[in-house]
Amino acid sequence: MPGKAFVFGDNIDTDLMVPGRYLTLSNPEELAAVCMAGVSEDFASRISRGDVFVAGSNFGCGSSREHAPVSIKAVGISCIIATSFGRIFYRNAINIGLPVLEAPIAAKSIREGDDVCVDMQSGTITNCTKDESYIFTPFPQFIMEIFRANGLSNFIKNQKTMCK
Amino acid sequence: MICPPFGPMNDKGVDKMGMTITEKILAKKIGANKVEPGELISAKLDVVLANDITAAGAIPEMEKMGYDKVFDSKKVIFVMDHFVPNSDRNAAKQCKVCRDFAREKDLENFYDVGEMGIEHVLLPEKGHVLPGDVIIGGDSHTCTYGALGAFSTGVGSTDLAAGMAKGELWFKVPASIKFIYEGQLPRFLSGKDLILYTIGKIGVDGALYKAIEFTGQVIEALSLDGRFTMCNMAVEAGAKNGIIAPDKKTDDYVKARAKRPYCFYQSDADSVYENVFNFDVSSLEPQVAVPHLPSNAKNVSEVTDVKLDQVVLGSCTNGRISDLREAASILRGQKVHPFVRTIIIPGSQEVYLQAISEGLIEIFIKAGAAVSTPTCGPCFGGHLGILAEGERCLSTTNRNFVGRMGHPKSEVYLAGPAVAAASAIKGRIANPSEIA
Repeated sequence: MPGKAFVFGDNIDTDLMVPGRYLTLSNPEELAAVCMAGVSEDFASRISRGDVFVAGSNFGCGSSREHAPVSIKAVGISCIIATSFGRIFYRNAINIGLPVLEAPIAAKSIREGDDVCVDMQSGTITNCTKDESYIFTPFPQFIMEIFRANGLSNFIKNQKTMCK
Repeated sequence: MICPPFGPMNDKGVDKMGMTITEKILAKKIGANKVEPGELISAKLDVVLANDITAAGAIPEMEKMGYDKVFDSKKVIFVMDHFVPNSDRNAAKQCKVCRDFAREKDLENFYDVGEMGIEHVLLPEKGHVLPGDVIIGGDSHTCTYGALGAFSTGVGSTDLAAGMAKGELWFKVPASIKFIYEGQLPRFLSGKDLILYTIGKIGVDGALYKAIEFTGQVIEALSLDGRFTMCNMAVEAGAKNGIIAPDKKTDDYVKARAKRPYCFYQSDADSVYENVFNFDVSSLEPQVAVPHLPSNAKNVSEVTDVKLDQVVLGSCTNGRISDLREAASILRGQKVHPFVRTIIIPGSQEVYLQAISEGLIEIFIKAGAAVSTPTCGPCFGGHLGILAEGERCLSTTNRNFVGRMGHPKSEVYLAGPAVAAASAIKGRIANPSEIA
Protein backbone atom coordinates (compact mmCIF):
# COMPACT_ATOMS: atom_id res chain seq x y z
CA MET A 1 0.00 0.00 0.00
CA PRO A 2 1.52 3.35 -1.01
CA GLY A 3 1.64 6.19 1.51
CA LYS A 4 1.42 9.93 0.87
CA ALA A 5 4.62 11.89 1.24
CA PHE A 6 5.04 14.82 3.61
CA VAL A 7 8.11 16.75 2.47
CA PHE A 8 10.41 18.74 4.79
CA GLY A 9 13.60 20.74 4.26
CA ASP A 10 17.02 20.44 5.91
CA ASN A 11 17.85 20.37 9.64
CA ILE A 12 14.41 19.50 10.99
CA ASP A 13 15.19 19.29 14.71
CA THR A 14 13.54 17.17 17.38
CA ASP A 15 12.14 20.29 19.09
CA LEU A 16 9.92 20.74 16.02
CA MET A 17 8.79 17.11 16.24
CA VAL A 18 7.95 17.10 19.95
CA PRO A 19 8.52 20.50 21.63
CA GLY A 20 10.07 20.53 25.12
CA ARG A 21 6.80 21.27 26.88
CA TYR A 22 5.50 17.83 25.86
CA LEU A 23 8.43 15.89 27.30
CA THR A 24 6.45 14.80 30.33
CA LEU A 25 4.24 12.73 28.00
CA SER A 26 5.24 9.13 27.60
CA ASN A 27 2.50 7.04 26.10
CA PRO A 28 2.67 6.75 22.30
CA GLU A 29 -0.97 7.79 21.71
CA GLU A 30 -0.48 11.08 23.54
CA LEU A 31 2.78 11.66 21.68
CA ALA A 32 1.09 10.85 18.35
CA ALA A 33 -1.38 13.69 18.92
CA VAL A 34 1.45 16.25 19.18
CA CYS A 35 3.59 14.92 16.30
CA MET A 36 5.34 17.84 14.54
CA ALA A 37 3.59 20.30 16.88
CA GLY A 38 6.54 22.66 16.48
CA VAL A 39 5.72 22.94 12.75
CA SER A 40 2.00 23.35 13.41
CA GLU A 41 -0.21 22.28 16.28
CA ASP A 42 -2.63 20.37 14.03
CA PHE A 43 0.00 18.60 11.92
CA ALA A 44 -0.79 15.16 13.37
CA SER A 45 -4.42 15.37 12.21
CA ARG A 46 -3.29 15.54 8.56
CA ILE A 47 -1.39 12.25 8.72
CA SER A 48 -2.93 8.90 7.70
CA ARG A 49 -1.52 5.52 8.70
CA GLY A 50 1.12 4.39 6.17
CA ASP A 51 2.16 7.90 5.09
CA VAL A 52 5.87 8.68 4.77
CA PHE A 53 8.11 11.58 5.74
CA VAL A 54 10.68 12.82 3.22
CA ALA A 55 13.37 15.31 4.23
CA GLY A 56 16.68 16.89 3.35
CA SER A 57 19.85 16.61 5.37
CA ASN A 58 20.23 16.15 9.14
CA PHE A 59 16.60 15.16 9.85
CA GLY A 60 16.18 14.80 13.62
CA CYS A 61 19.15 16.89 14.69
CA GLY A 62 19.25 18.19 18.23
CA SER A 63 18.00 16.57 21.38
CA SER A 64 18.19 12.84 22.19
CA ARG A 65 14.47 12.71 23.02
CA GLU A 66 13.13 9.37 21.83
CA HIS A 67 9.68 10.98 22.04
CA ALA A 68 10.39 12.31 18.52
CA PRO A 69 10.55 9.01 16.60
CA VAL A 70 8.00 7.44 18.97
CA SER A 71 5.51 10.17 18.11
CA ILE A 72 6.18 9.85 14.36
CA LYS A 73 5.75 6.09 14.47
CA ALA A 74 2.66 6.24 16.69
CA VAL A 75 0.87 8.71 14.40
CA GLY A 76 1.24 6.16 11.59
CA ILE A 77 4.26 7.22 9.55
CA SER A 78 5.64 4.02 8.02
CA CYS A 79 9.14 5.25 7.20
CA ILE A 80 11.32 8.33 6.84
CA ILE A 81 13.37 8.98 3.72
CA ALA A 82 16.07 11.66 4.00
CA THR A 83 19.38 12.82 2.59
CA SER A 84 20.87 12.27 6.07
CA PHE A 85 19.76 11.99 9.69
CA GLY A 86 20.86 13.41 13.03
CA ARG A 87 22.82 10.52 14.49
CA ILE A 88 20.97 10.09 17.80
CA PHE A 89 17.60 10.28 16.03
CA TYR A 90 18.81 7.68 13.52
CA ARG A 91 19.69 5.19 16.25
CA ASN A 92 16.54 5.96 18.22
CA ALA A 93 14.32 5.38 15.19
CA ILE A 94 15.91 2.00 14.47
CA ASN A 95 15.74 1.09 18.15
CA ILE A 96 11.97 1.65 18.23
CA GLY A 97 11.43 -0.09 14.88
CA LEU A 98 10.84 2.93 12.63
CA PRO A 99 12.66 2.58 9.27
CA VAL A 100 14.93 5.52 8.44
CA LEU A 101 16.30 5.43 4.92
CA GLU A 102 19.28 7.47 3.73
CA ALA A 103 18.36 7.99 0.08
CA PRO A 104 19.52 11.39 -1.24
CA ILE A 105 18.08 11.05 -4.76
CA ALA A 106 14.70 9.92 -3.47
CA ALA A 107 14.77 12.76 -0.94
CA LYS A 108 15.38 15.27 -3.73
CA SER A 109 12.86 13.82 -6.19
CA ILE A 110 9.76 13.08 -4.09
CA ARG A 111 7.25 15.93 -3.86
CA GLU A 112 4.57 16.66 -1.25
CA GLY A 113 1.60 14.34 -1.75
CA ASP A 114 3.39 11.83 -4.02
CA ASP A 115 2.39 8.21 -3.42
CA VAL A 116 5.41 6.26 -2.22
CA CYS A 117 6.11 2.55 -1.60
CA VAL A 118 9.19 1.06 0.06
CA ASP A 119 10.66 -2.44 -0.29
CA MET A 120 13.04 -2.86 2.63
CA GLN A 121 14.48 -6.18 1.45
CA SER A 122 15.57 -5.05 -2.00
CA GLY A 123 16.25 -1.44 -1.02
CA THR A 124 13.81 0.13 -3.46
CA ILE A 125 11.61 3.19 -3.08
CA THR A 126 8.85 3.50 -5.69
CA ASN A 127 7.19 6.81 -6.44
CA CYS A 128 3.82 5.74 -7.94
CA THR A 129 2.82 9.33 -8.73
CA LYS A 130 5.88 10.03 -10.87
CA ASP A 131 6.47 6.44 -11.95
CA GLU A 132 10.06 6.59 -10.70
CA SER A 133 12.07 4.38 -8.43
CA TYR A 134 15.12 5.05 -6.29
CA ILE A 135 17.49 2.74 -4.47
CA PHE A 136 18.97 2.70 -1.01
CA THR A 137 21.45 0.33 0.66
CA PRO A 138 19.36 -2.31 2.43
CA PHE A 139 19.93 -2.63 6.18
CA PRO A 140 22.29 -5.34 7.44
CA GLN A 141 20.71 -8.47 8.85
CA PHE A 142 20.90 -7.52 12.53
CA ILE A 143 19.08 -4.24 11.92
CA MET A 144 16.40 -6.01 9.86
CA GLU A 145 15.94 -8.31 12.83
CA ILE A 146 15.40 -5.30 15.11
CA PHE A 147 12.69 -4.08 12.70
CA ARG A 148 11.11 -7.54 12.60
CA ALA A 149 11.04 -7.64 16.41
CA ASN A 150 9.43 -4.16 16.36
CA GLY A 151 12.36 -2.58 18.18
CA LEU A 152 15.54 -3.26 20.13
CA SER A 153 13.83 -3.94 23.46
CA ASN A 154 11.80 -6.84 22.02
CA PHE A 155 14.86 -8.00 20.07
CA ILE A 156 16.97 -8.20 23.25
CA LYS A 157 14.13 -9.90 25.12
CA ASN A 158 13.75 -12.51 22.34
CA GLN A 159 17.50 -13.14 22.32
CA LYS A 160 17.52 -13.52 26.09
CA THR A 161 14.65 -16.01 25.96
CA MET A 162 16.38 -18.00 23.22
CA CYS A 163 19.57 -18.29 25.28
CA LYS A 164 17.76 -19.73 28.28
CA MET B 1 48.40 9.36 34.36
CA ILE B 2 50.02 8.27 31.09
CA CYS B 3 48.77 4.93 29.85
CA PRO B 4 50.94 2.15 28.47
CA PRO B 5 51.62 2.64 24.77
CA PHE B 6 49.83 0.54 22.21
CA GLY B 7 51.69 -2.59 21.11
CA PRO B 8 52.75 -3.41 17.58
CA MET B 9 49.82 -2.72 15.30
CA ASN B 10 49.72 -6.26 14.00
CA ASP B 11 51.82 -9.38 13.88
CA LYS B 12 53.70 -8.34 10.79
CA GLY B 13 54.22 -4.82 12.05
CA VAL B 14 53.09 -3.49 8.69
CA ASP B 15 50.27 -1.22 9.76
CA LYS B 16 52.02 1.62 11.51
CA MET B 17 49.36 4.21 10.76
CA GLY B 18 48.67 6.26 13.88
CA MET B 19 45.40 6.53 15.74
CA THR B 20 43.37 9.43 17.03
CA ILE B 21 42.53 9.76 20.71
CA THR B 22 38.94 8.64 20.00
CA GLU B 23 40.17 5.52 18.16
CA LYS B 24 42.63 4.70 20.96
CA ILE B 25 39.98 4.88 23.70
CA LEU B 26 37.60 2.66 21.73
CA ALA B 27 40.37 0.19 20.80
CA LYS B 28 41.51 -0.11 24.40
CA LYS B 29 37.94 -0.75 25.59
CA ILE B 30 37.54 -3.72 23.27
CA GLY B 31 41.03 -5.03 23.95
CA ALA B 32 42.24 -4.38 20.41
CA ASN B 33 45.42 -2.75 19.20
CA LYS B 34 43.60 -0.84 16.52
CA VAL B 35 40.16 0.18 15.35
CA GLU B 36 39.31 1.89 12.07
CA PRO B 37 36.62 4.45 11.25
CA GLY B 38 33.47 2.67 10.10
CA GLU B 39 34.19 -0.46 12.14
CA LEU B 40 31.29 -1.73 14.28
CA ILE B 41 32.32 -2.52 17.83
CA SER B 42 30.63 -3.37 21.09
CA ALA B 43 32.29 -1.49 23.95
CA LYS B 44 32.00 -1.79 27.71
CA LEU B 45 30.65 1.34 29.37
CA ASP B 46 32.27 3.14 32.30
CA VAL B 47 29.28 5.39 32.97
CA VAL B 48 25.63 5.31 31.90
CA LEU B 49 23.90 8.62 32.64
CA ALA B 50 20.20 9.45 32.57
CA ASN B 51 18.09 12.48 33.50
CA ASP B 52 14.47 12.66 34.61
CA ILE B 53 13.15 12.65 31.02
CA THR B 54 15.32 9.93 29.52
CA ALA B 55 15.48 7.68 32.60
CA ALA B 56 11.69 7.68 32.73
CA GLY B 57 11.73 6.48 29.11
CA ALA B 58 14.45 3.88 29.67
CA ILE B 59 13.00 2.22 32.78
CA PRO B 60 10.02 0.56 31.02
CA GLU B 61 12.26 -0.37 28.05
CA MET B 62 14.73 -2.11 30.35
CA GLU B 63 11.87 -4.06 31.87
CA LYS B 64 10.61 -4.92 28.39
CA MET B 65 14.09 -6.31 27.63
CA GLY B 66 13.63 -8.70 30.52
CA TYR B 67 16.13 -7.17 32.95
CA ASP B 68 15.17 -6.41 36.52
CA LYS B 69 18.44 -4.84 37.62
CA VAL B 70 21.09 -2.50 36.30
CA PHE B 71 24.50 -3.89 35.36
CA ASP B 72 26.27 -1.87 38.06
CA SER B 73 24.56 0.30 40.67
CA LYS B 74 27.63 2.58 40.83
CA LYS B 75 27.98 3.17 37.10
CA VAL B 76 24.34 3.94 36.31
CA ILE B 77 23.90 7.57 37.36
CA PHE B 78 20.58 9.42 37.49
CA VAL B 79 20.35 13.21 37.69
CA MET B 80 16.95 14.84 38.13
CA ASP B 81 17.59 18.16 36.37
CA HIS B 82 15.17 18.88 33.52
CA PHE B 83 11.68 19.35 34.96
CA VAL B 84 13.15 19.80 38.45
CA PRO B 85 12.21 21.14 40.97
CA ASN B 86 9.03 19.61 39.55
CA SER B 87 7.29 22.10 37.32
CA ASP B 88 3.83 20.48 37.25
CA ARG B 89 1.98 17.29 38.08
CA ASN B 90 3.09 15.42 34.96
CA ALA B 91 6.72 16.28 35.73
CA ALA B 92 6.25 15.14 39.32
CA LYS B 93 4.83 11.84 38.11
CA GLN B 94 7.68 11.37 35.64
CA CYS B 95 10.33 12.10 38.28
CA LYS B 96 8.61 9.76 40.73
CA VAL B 97 9.15 6.89 38.28
CA CYS B 98 12.90 7.67 38.39
CA ARG B 99 12.99 8.22 42.16
CA ASP B 100 11.20 4.94 42.89
CA PHE B 101 13.47 3.04 40.50
CA ALA B 102 16.64 4.57 41.94
CA ARG B 103 15.67 3.58 45.47
CA GLU B 104 14.48 0.13 44.49
CA LYS B 105 17.67 -0.62 42.56
CA ASP B 106 19.91 1.05 45.15
CA LEU B 107 21.58 3.41 42.68
CA GLU B 108 24.56 4.81 44.54
CA ASN B 109 24.72 7.91 42.42
CA PHE B 110 21.25 9.36 42.33
CA TYR B 111 21.11 13.16 42.39
CA ASP B 112 17.87 14.89 43.28
CA VAL B 113 16.78 18.36 44.41
CA GLY B 114 19.20 19.83 46.92
CA GLU B 115 22.16 17.80 45.74
CA MET B 116 21.71 17.80 42.02
CA GLY B 117 23.21 20.09 39.45
CA ILE B 118 22.80 20.22 35.69
CA GLU B 119 24.06 16.77 34.73
CA HIS B 120 27.00 17.81 32.54
CA VAL B 121 28.22 20.32 35.11
CA LEU B 122 27.72 17.86 37.96
CA LEU B 123 29.32 14.63 36.69
CA PRO B 124 32.82 16.03 36.06
CA GLU B 125 32.70 17.89 39.38
CA LYS B 126 31.86 14.73 41.28
CA GLY B 127 34.64 12.81 39.55
CA HIS B 128 32.20 10.39 37.94
CA VAL B 129 33.56 10.89 34.42
CA LEU B 130 37.29 10.54 33.81
CA PRO B 131 39.88 10.63 31.03
CA GLY B 132 39.89 7.49 28.87
CA ASP B 133 36.31 6.52 29.80
CA VAL B 134 33.59 5.37 27.41
CA ILE B 135 30.38 7.08 28.50
CA ILE B 136 26.83 7.17 27.20
CA GLY B 137 24.13 9.46 28.44
CA GLY B 138 20.47 9.88 27.72
CA ASP B 139 21.05 13.47 26.74
CA SER B 140 22.54 14.81 23.54
CA HIS B 141 25.01 17.04 25.40
CA THR B 142 26.71 14.04 26.97
CA CYS B 143 29.52 14.83 24.53
CA THR B 144 30.63 17.44 27.12
CA TYR B 145 32.98 14.98 28.86
CA GLY B 146 35.24 14.83 25.82
CA ALA B 147 36.81 17.90 27.44
CA LEU B 148 38.47 15.49 29.89
CA GLY B 149 39.75 13.21 27.13
CA ALA B 150 36.91 10.69 27.35
CA PHE B 151 34.78 9.18 24.58
CA SER B 152 31.32 10.34 25.49
CA THR B 153 28.15 10.47 23.45
CA GLY B 154 24.39 11.02 23.70
CA VAL B 155 21.81 8.29 23.17
CA GLY B 156 18.04 7.90 23.38
CA SER B 157 16.04 5.97 25.95
CA THR B 158 16.19 2.53 24.32
CA ASP B 159 19.99 2.58 23.91
CA LEU B 160 20.11 3.90 27.44
CA ALA B 161 18.01 0.96 28.65
CA ALA B 162 20.34 -1.48 26.88
CA GLY B 163 23.33 0.25 28.46
CA MET B 164 21.73 0.23 31.92
CA ALA B 165 20.96 -3.48 31.60
CA LYS B 166 24.10 -4.78 29.94
CA GLY B 167 26.84 -2.21 30.53
CA GLU B 168 27.75 -2.47 26.89
CA LEU B 169 26.67 -0.84 23.63
CA TRP B 170 27.52 -1.06 19.94
CA PHE B 171 29.15 1.88 18.19
CA LYS B 172 30.40 2.63 14.73
CA VAL B 173 33.92 3.99 15.14
CA PRO B 174 33.70 7.61 13.92
CA ALA B 175 36.12 9.26 11.53
CA SER B 176 37.74 12.33 13.08
CA ILE B 177 37.86 15.99 12.09
CA LYS B 178 40.57 18.15 13.61
CA PHE B 179 40.28 21.84 14.46
CA ILE B 180 43.44 23.79 15.22
CA TYR B 181 43.00 27.16 16.94
CA GLU B 182 46.02 29.46 16.77
CA GLY B 183 46.72 32.93 18.11
CA GLN B 184 45.46 34.48 21.31
CA LEU B 185 41.83 34.67 22.31
CA PRO B 186 40.88 38.36 22.75
CA ARG B 187 39.36 39.79 25.95
CA PHE B 188 35.70 38.84 26.62
CA LEU B 189 35.90 35.78 24.37
CA SER B 190 35.54 32.27 25.71
CA GLY B 191 35.01 28.68 24.63
CA LYS B 192 31.48 29.65 23.59
CA ASP B 193 32.71 32.11 20.97
CA LEU B 194 35.12 29.50 19.60
CA ILE B 195 32.46 26.84 19.26
CA LEU B 196 29.81 29.17 17.78
CA TYR B 197 32.39 30.41 15.28
CA THR B 198 33.33 26.81 14.45
CA ILE B 199 29.74 25.64 13.95
CA GLY B 200 29.19 28.77 11.86
CA LYS B 201 32.04 27.65 9.60
CA ILE B 202 31.03 23.99 9.15
CA GLY B 203 27.25 24.06 9.65
CA VAL B 204 24.89 22.08 11.89
CA ASP B 205 25.63 18.92 9.91
CA GLY B 206 29.29 19.72 9.25
CA ALA B 207 30.51 16.92 11.51
CA LEU B 208 27.60 14.49 11.16
CA TYR B 209 28.49 11.07 12.67
CA LYS B 210 32.09 12.25 13.26
CA ALA B 211 34.47 12.82 16.16
CA ILE B 212 35.61 16.41 16.52
CA GLU B 213 39.03 16.99 18.01
CA PHE B 214 39.84 20.48 19.31
CA THR B 215 43.56 21.32 19.36
CA GLY B 216 46.06 24.16 19.15
CA GLN B 217 47.60 26.74 21.45
CA VAL B 218 44.25 28.42 22.14
CA ILE B 219 42.80 25.16 23.45
CA GLU B 220 45.92 24.54 25.54
CA ALA B 221 45.45 27.97 27.10
CA LEU B 222 41.71 27.49 27.62
CA SER B 223 40.33 26.66 31.08
CA LEU B 224 38.62 23.33 31.69
CA ASP B 225 35.33 25.27 31.89
CA GLY B 226 35.91 26.65 28.39
CA ARG B 227 36.78 23.19 27.12
CA PHE B 228 33.56 21.76 28.56
CA THR B 229 31.62 24.47 26.70
CA MET B 230 33.27 23.57 23.41
CA CYS B 231 32.82 19.81 23.65
CA ASN B 232 29.26 20.34 24.93
CA MET B 233 28.24 21.89 21.62
CA ALA B 234 30.01 19.37 19.35
CA VAL B 235 26.58 17.77 18.88
CA GLU B 236 25.29 21.05 17.41
CA ALA B 237 27.57 20.36 14.43
CA GLY B 238 26.13 16.84 14.25
CA ALA B 239 29.16 15.21 15.86
CA LYS B 240 29.10 11.92 17.74
CA ASN B 241 31.68 13.22 20.19
CA GLY B 242 33.94 16.18 20.82
CA ILE B 243 37.31 15.57 22.39
CA ILE B 244 40.35 17.40 23.73
CA ALA B 245 43.65 15.73 24.59
CA PRO B 246 44.15 15.70 28.35
CA ASP B 247 47.04 17.73 29.74
CA LYS B 248 48.30 19.06 33.07
CA LYS B 249 45.17 21.20 33.48
CA THR B 250 43.04 18.11 33.02
CA ASP B 251 45.12 16.21 35.55
CA ASP B 252 44.88 19.05 38.09
CA TYR B 253 41.10 19.00 37.65
CA VAL B 254 40.52 15.26 37.88
CA LYS B 255 43.11 14.14 40.42
CA ALA B 256 41.29 15.92 43.23
CA ARG B 257 37.99 14.33 42.20
CA ALA B 258 38.67 10.84 40.84
CA LYS B 259 37.90 7.83 42.98
CA ARG B 260 39.19 5.29 40.43
CA PRO B 261 42.13 5.11 37.99
CA TYR B 262 41.98 6.98 34.72
CA CYS B 263 43.95 7.01 31.52
CA PHE B 264 45.34 9.77 29.30
CA TYR B 265 45.41 9.17 25.56
CA GLN B 266 46.90 11.43 22.89
CA SER B 267 46.43 11.31 19.14
CA ASP B 268 49.47 10.11 17.23
CA ALA B 269 51.22 12.65 15.03
CA ASP B 270 50.42 10.52 11.98
CA SER B 271 46.80 9.79 12.86
CA VAL B 272 44.32 10.14 10.02
CA TYR B 273 41.74 12.93 9.89
CA GLU B 274 38.93 13.26 7.41
CA ASN B 275 39.43 17.00 7.47
CA VAL B 276 41.62 19.56 9.24
CA PHE B 277 40.62 23.18 9.86
CA ASN B 278 42.99 25.95 10.95
CA PHE B 279 41.61 29.07 12.60
CA ASP B 280 43.56 32.10 13.78
CA VAL B 281 41.31 33.62 16.42
CA SER B 282 43.44 36.60 17.51
CA SER B 283 41.08 39.12 15.94
CA LEU B 284 37.83 37.23 16.50
CA GLU B 285 34.86 39.26 17.79
CA PRO B 286 32.38 37.89 20.33
CA GLN B 287 29.98 35.59 18.46
CA VAL B 288 26.18 35.51 18.47
CA ALA B 289 24.17 32.74 16.77
CA VAL B 290 20.96 34.31 15.48
CA PRO B 291 17.67 32.36 15.09
CA HIS B 292 17.05 29.55 14.31
CA LEU B 293 20.24 27.50 14.07
CA PRO B 294 23.41 27.40 16.18
CA SER B 295 25.33 27.72 12.90
CA ASN B 296 23.99 31.23 12.25
CA ALA B 297 27.04 32.76 13.92
CA LYS B 298 27.63 36.49 13.49
CA ASN B 299 30.04 39.03 14.93
CA VAL B 300 28.31 40.76 17.84
CA SER B 301 28.79 44.15 16.13
CA GLU B 302 26.42 43.02 13.35
CA VAL B 303 23.49 42.48 15.71
CA THR B 304 23.68 45.23 18.34
CA ASP B 305 20.33 46.65 17.23
CA VAL B 306 18.39 43.57 18.41
CA LYS B 307 16.20 44.44 21.42
CA LEU B 308 15.69 41.82 24.13
CA ASP B 309 12.99 40.76 26.60
CA GLN B 310 15.02 38.17 28.48
CA VAL B 311 18.59 37.06 29.12
CA VAL B 312 19.39 33.57 30.45
CA LEU B 313 22.83 32.75 31.81
CA GLY B 314 23.41 29.14 32.72
CA SER B 315 22.90 25.59 31.35
CA CYS B 316 25.22 22.64 30.72
CA THR B 317 26.97 24.87 28.20
CA ASN B 318 27.73 27.94 30.35
CA GLY B 319 26.65 27.37 33.95
CA ARG B 320 30.15 26.98 35.42
CA ILE B 321 32.07 29.21 37.80
CA SER B 322 34.19 30.86 35.06
CA ASP B 323 30.98 31.80 33.25
CA LEU B 324 29.51 33.41 36.37
CA ARG B 325 32.78 35.22 37.09
CA GLU B 326 32.87 36.62 33.55
CA ALA B 327 29.27 37.84 33.83
CA ALA B 328 29.83 39.30 37.30
CA SER B 329 32.88 41.25 36.12
CA ILE B 330 30.56 43.10 33.74
CA LEU B 331 27.47 43.34 35.98
CA ARG B 332 29.38 44.61 39.02
CA GLY B 333 27.85 47.92 40.09
CA GLN B 334 25.50 47.95 37.09
CA LYS B 335 21.74 47.49 36.71
CA VAL B 336 20.10 45.23 34.16
CA HIS B 337 17.73 46.99 31.77
CA PRO B 338 14.23 47.33 33.33
CA PHE B 339 12.60 45.52 30.40
CA VAL B 340 14.99 42.57 30.41
CA ARG B 341 14.18 39.66 32.72
CA THR B 342 17.62 38.37 33.60
CA ILE B 343 17.77 34.80 34.87
CA ILE B 344 21.06 33.40 36.18
CA ILE B 345 21.30 29.70 36.95
CA PRO B 346 24.45 28.26 38.55
CA GLY B 347 25.01 24.80 37.07
CA SER B 348 25.48 22.97 40.35
CA GLN B 349 25.42 23.43 44.10
CA GLU B 350 29.23 23.54 44.11
CA VAL B 351 29.19 26.34 41.53
CA TYR B 352 26.42 28.10 43.47
CA LEU B 353 28.33 27.96 46.78
CA GLN B 354 31.54 29.11 45.12
CA ALA B 355 29.65 32.01 43.53
CA ILE B 356 28.24 32.96 46.93
CA SER B 357 31.65 32.86 48.60
CA GLU B 358 33.13 35.03 45.85
CA GLY B 359 30.29 37.56 46.17
CA LEU B 360 29.03 36.93 42.62
CA ILE B 361 25.46 36.18 43.65
CA GLU B 362 25.27 39.48 45.51
CA ILE B 363 26.45 41.28 42.37
CA PHE B 364 23.75 39.55 40.31
CA ILE B 365 20.92 40.27 42.74
CA LYS B 366 21.97 43.88 43.23
CA ALA B 367 22.05 44.25 39.45
CA GLY B 368 18.41 43.13 39.32
CA ALA B 369 18.86 39.56 38.10
CA ALA B 370 16.96 36.52 39.37
CA VAL B 371 19.17 33.68 40.60
CA SER B 372 17.79 30.15 40.57
CA THR B 373 18.65 26.73 41.96
CA PRO B 374 20.29 24.54 39.26
CA THR B 375 17.88 23.35 36.53
CA CYS B 376 17.77 22.84 32.76
CA GLY B 377 14.29 24.46 32.79
CA PRO B 378 14.43 27.44 30.41
CA CYS B 379 17.00 26.03 27.95
CA PHE B 380 14.61 23.44 26.49
CA GLY B 381 11.39 25.41 27.01
CA GLY B 382 10.43 23.27 29.99
CA HIS B 383 9.77 25.83 32.72
CA LEU B 384 11.19 28.90 34.49
CA GLY B 385 11.57 31.46 31.73
CA ILE B 386 9.25 30.49 28.86
CA LEU B 387 8.90 33.08 26.07
CA ALA B 388 5.65 34.56 24.72
CA GLU B 389 4.90 35.13 21.03
CA GLY B 390 7.20 37.78 19.59
CA GLU B 391 9.61 37.80 22.55
CA ARG B 392 13.38 37.64 22.21
CA CYS B 393 15.90 36.07 24.51
CA LEU B 394 19.67 36.09 24.46
CA SER B 395 20.86 32.94 26.13
CA THR B 396 24.14 31.23 26.97
CA THR B 397 22.45 27.88 26.24
CA ASN B 398 23.07 25.67 23.21
CA ARG B 399 20.06 25.69 20.88
CA ASN B 400 18.07 28.43 19.21
CA PHE B 401 15.69 26.21 17.24
CA VAL B 402 12.17 27.40 16.42
CA GLY B 403 10.12 27.41 19.64
CA ARG B 404 13.03 26.12 21.71
CA MET B 405 12.28 28.34 24.72
CA GLY B 406 8.55 28.77 24.27
CA HIS B 407 6.25 30.12 21.58
CA PRO B 408 7.15 29.11 18.00
CA LYS B 409 7.23 32.82 17.15
CA SER B 410 9.72 33.67 19.91
CA GLU B 411 13.42 34.00 19.19
CA VAL B 412 16.60 32.79 20.88
CA TYR B 413 20.05 34.26 20.28
CA LEU B 414 23.02 32.25 21.56
CA ALA B 415 26.17 33.84 23.00
CA GLY B 416 28.76 33.58 25.74
CA PRO B 417 28.45 34.97 29.28
CA ALA B 418 30.18 38.30 28.57
CA VAL B 419 27.78 39.19 25.76
CA ALA B 420 24.86 37.97 27.92
CA ALA B 421 25.82 40.26 30.81
CA ALA B 422 26.43 43.29 28.59
CA SER B 423 23.15 42.70 26.73
CA ALA B 424 21.17 42.43 29.98
CA ILE B 425 22.42 45.89 30.94
CA LYS B 426 21.79 47.50 27.56
CA GLY B 427 18.41 45.89 26.85
CA ARG B 428 19.69 44.91 23.41
CA ILE B 429 22.46 42.69 22.15
CA ALA B 430 25.66 44.43 23.18
CA ASN B 431 29.40 44.04 22.83
CA PRO B 432 30.95 43.67 26.30
CA SER B 433 33.48 46.34 25.32
CA GLU B 434 30.59 48.86 25.44
CA ILE B 435 30.38 48.36 29.21
CA ALA B 436 33.78 47.46 30.61
